[in-house]
Amino acid sequence: MEKLLEVKDLEIAFDTHNGSVHAIRGVSFDLYQGETLAIVGESGSGKSVTTKALMGILAKNGNVINGEANYMGKDILKMSKKEIVNLRGKEMAMIFQDPMTSLNPTMTVGFQIKEAVIEHNEVTKKQAKARAIELLELVGIDSPRARYKQYPHQLSGGMRQRVVIAIALACNPKVLIADEPTTALDVTIQAQILELIKSLQKKINLAIIFITHDLGVVANIADRVAVMYAGKIAEYGTADEIFYTPVHPYTWGLLASVPDMSNTDVELYSIPGAPPNLLYPPKGDAFAERSEYAMNIDLEYQPPMYKVSDTHYAATWLLHEQAPETFMPKVLEKRIELMKKEAEEYAKA
Amino acid sequence: MDNLKPQLNESSFERVFQTDEFKTDVVYKSISFWKEVRLRFQANKGAVIGIIFIAFILFMAIFGPYMNAQTYKSKVDEHINLPGRIPGIEKIGIFDGEIDGVNVYEKRGLDDVYYWFGTDNLGRDLWTRTWVGTRVSLYIALLAVVIDMFIGMGYGLVSGYIGGTTDTIMQRFIEILSGIPNLVIVTLFVIILNPGILSISLALVITGWIGMSRVVRSQVLKMKELDFVLVSKTMGAKTNTLILQELLPNIFGQVIIMSMFSIPNAIFYESFLAFIGLGLQPPLASLGVLINDGYKSILVYPHIIVAPVVVLALLMLSFNLVADGLRDALDPKMKQQ
Amino acid sequence: MIKYIGRRLLISAVTLFVIMTILFLLLQFLPGSPFNDEKLSDMQIELLNEKYGLNEPKSTQYALFLKNIITKGDFGVSYTIEKNAEVSTMIQARFPISIRLGLQALAFGSIIGVVLASIAALKRNSIWDTATTIFAVIGISIPSYVFALGLVYFLGYKLTKATGMAIFPLTYDIYDPVRSSILPTVALAMFVIATVARFMRTELVEVLGSDYILLAEAKGLSASKVIFRHSIRNALIPVVTILGPLTVSLMTGSLVIERVFGIPGIGDLLVTAISVNDLNVIIAVAFFYSLFYIAMQLFIDILYGIIDPRIRVAKGGK
Repeated sequence: MEKLLEVKDLEIAFDTHNGSVHAIRGVSFDLYQGETLAIVGESGSGKSVTTKALMGILAKNGNVINGEANYMGKDILKMSKKEIVNLRGKEMAMIFQDPMTSLNPTMTVGFQIKEAVIEHNEVTKKQAKARAIELLELVGIDSPRARYKQYPHQLSGGMRQRVVIAIALACNPKVLIADEPTTALDVTIQAQILELIKSLQKKINLAIIFITHDLGVVANIADRVAVMYAGKIAEYGTADEIFYTPVHPYTWGLLASVPDMSNTDVELYSIPGAPPNLLYPPKGDAFAERSEYAMNIDLEYQPPMYKVSDTHYAATWLLHEQAPETFMPKVLEKRIELMKKEAEEYAKA
Repeated sequence: MDNLKPQLNESSFERVFQTDEFKTDVVYKSISFWKEVRLRFQANKGAVIGIIFIAFILFMAIFGPYMNAQTYKSKVDEHINLPGRIPGIEKIGIFDGEIDGVNVYEKRGLDDVYYWFGTDNLGRDLWTRTWVGTRVSLYIALLAVVIDMFIGMGYGLVSGYIGGTTDTIMQRFIEILSGIPNLVIVTLFVIILNPGILSISLALVITGWIGMSRVVRSQVLKMKELDFVLVSKTMGAKTNTLILQELLPNIFGQVIIMSMFSIPNAIFYESFLAFIGLGLQPPLASLGVLINDGYKSILVYPHIIVAPVVVLALLMLSFNLVADGLRDALDPKMKQQ
Repeated sequence: MIKYIGRRLLISAVTLFVIMTILFLLLQFLPGSPFNDEKLSDMQIELLNEKYGLNEPKSTQYALFLKNIITKGDFGVSYTIEKNAEVSTMIQARFPISIRLGLQALAFGSIIGVVLASIAALKRNSIWDTATTIFAVIGISIPSYVFALGLVYFLGYKLTKATGMAIFPLTYDIYDPVRSSILPTVALAMFVIATVARFMRTELVEVLGSDYILLAEAKGLSASKVIFRHSIRNALIPVVTILGPLTVSLMTGSLVIERVFGIPGIGDLLVTAISVNDLNVIIAVAFFYSLFYIAMQLFIDILYGIIDPRIRVAKGGK
């Protein structure tokens, strides 16, 4: 599989009235053709900011202060405005969370798709319109010809998101960045959109960066997962590794926090405290103060990325040879046992 | 940056939390709503400048006329049409009693006479008249706005609270009324009632109450909704007080903002009426009357119109700045973006 | 959509009717009798009263009043300004001048306002932005006649004296309508520029921060397309709604501006009529202003309904 994107040591800071907020503090990951990489984390962990930087649409007061992002060999972060505009839509496309506000309310949906087609291709208006209608059909919208002429307010939320996806795919990009595309939708529509995205991915061999805070969605579509916390990647691995053999206390906390419907007389697990204020980035491990496994060194130094396997990495001092043996919370252990059993039964059926 | 070779020692890998006690959530010190509003307001440079100007003008309006010997209607025939002259400042070249380079005071042999803003065509002291005029203009404007508040709040409260058909009728009524340009009504009103302080104030009320009632009504509607939720969930009285504390200030807040915007409007309309001949009768002076007087000789004696025009412009500017600042301060939406 | 227009029309008609009624009532209260000429003998006054139906019961007078206006556009004759001249003729002559001036100011002001707002919003928090905001606040706060006076004094009087040439004529010249209307147009337009600039800047800033602009950028559209096709166009739509208040300010401003610059429009006519108590003229001009305002409101409402697809195309077709 070809490596499409390589992000190394990305650091981003924002100028605000109160000072400089060090939002991304050293993020590295890769993206391969045809796979889905999920970026998981709480609000404020930096998931959106990272991808917006890749598309070159960071807010005006945001600055990349270090790192590179190589798309097919060329560093996006050093590209000229013109090169990036060329990249957007054609090579990399992005869809956002709220379909209600993602579309221009005063233009027909058809035009908004057509616009994207025309921008990157030498085609006539007629051809562009035909392609737009084709796309509407591709994303599962009924009566595409009629819908072409409609305005966003005449469509439901789920349909609007399909239109947004159509726009993103207009020029056959290689990478799709989906920033919580299902969070604002009803659960049933959520499932539909996820299925749509999965099938489209298969059809055109699309690489997807899928941002979400919902672990259920991750389990559904991710090949690999990057868990982000306070502007850094805490753990990074295949979906199986993250779900069955996680090693970072934050990942444990996330997994344990998902309510377990089968075991309702256990107290709900929650991670105490709140993420740090990145106006004042912590000296050591950002998660330490919320973790019962924290060690003195966590308060002083930030942990490097430790290799657990060729595909599995985690940034935690717990993996240091001198660290005491640490086991995941019992609650989680039991949960994982259950998950494994269910997965086996499901596979048999 | 920070992942240099860590200095390890024996205790580096010891657990921090020996007990089950975790760090409790850091609770950020909360600031009260009004303090936040005040802070935001103070951060707005324009608004602060506005307040300073208003304070200054108010001060002058109250104490200015007492600062010299003349009253607003005393006339001295020999002293007509003198430009402004201030002792001390005249050395710099402004306020030196000169028109086109000629020192008018000297020419008439009035070396020891000083009129700070000069005099008008009847020999009346412009300094005193300007500040008395400011008093009158402010008084008229405030009167109009206060009555506006009552009528507007009353109408809005009734319409919003009772709701239903009454509300619909009352709103239709307003829809029709707002189709009539204020200019027409105000002008006709003043013609009928003969221009005087009271009649002008009443006429000005017309221009403001509709906007006020609309704002009050929308706030009442919001509050009404919550009330019903309260009733259906039968929450305790504590929430009641919260609602009152949260929403009543909002109503008052909006009303104050609207009033702040109405004041310059009223001041303007009053001066406008004076300009078209519907102002106060002499020797009463308002800023509008003074401007009208000054206009008559603007090309020959421009100094007569300068002071009242500047005060008028400053007043309107300041109130607008303050009203703007208040609105931004009370609005939870962050303005920075 | 039709329902929308229909409703607006109905309200406009009712409002107009209410205005006429108010005007009639005011006519009854206005001080002074219409026939103030001392030269008229009592019998002549009686005859005149008879002629104008002033002896009839109020209700008949009212009906006559309405009928005259609606069917013939007849507002009676002027009593003092131009003895026995048909008021409607007087207005007819002056109306176009005022309208032209008003529209000039509106167009000029709106265009400049939009340009200023666009610059301010695109270069947010820069020197341009602050300058525009200051300019806007001043433009809104300071009455148009103060600007007029300033323009008259500095550009009209002093400049002419200094250069010996009447670059900006002080008074209106019907034989040089374009050049002599520059100063009055600018004075009138100040408020328009300021209001439009301020309002549109807010709208534009909000649009620029919205998700669909972000999406448009992510699509790979060029910056200029994003700005013009998506941002400015969308921000312009709400600006239509402030045309109403702007019209009012133009009407108010026109009274003074016409007087200051000696422009023979209906504003000037009204001011004169007020000073000499020519009732019929006052009523007629008041009516005209109201009519114009209502027409403008109607026009704006319909225009807004057309431009904004959310109103134009109702929800449906799911």
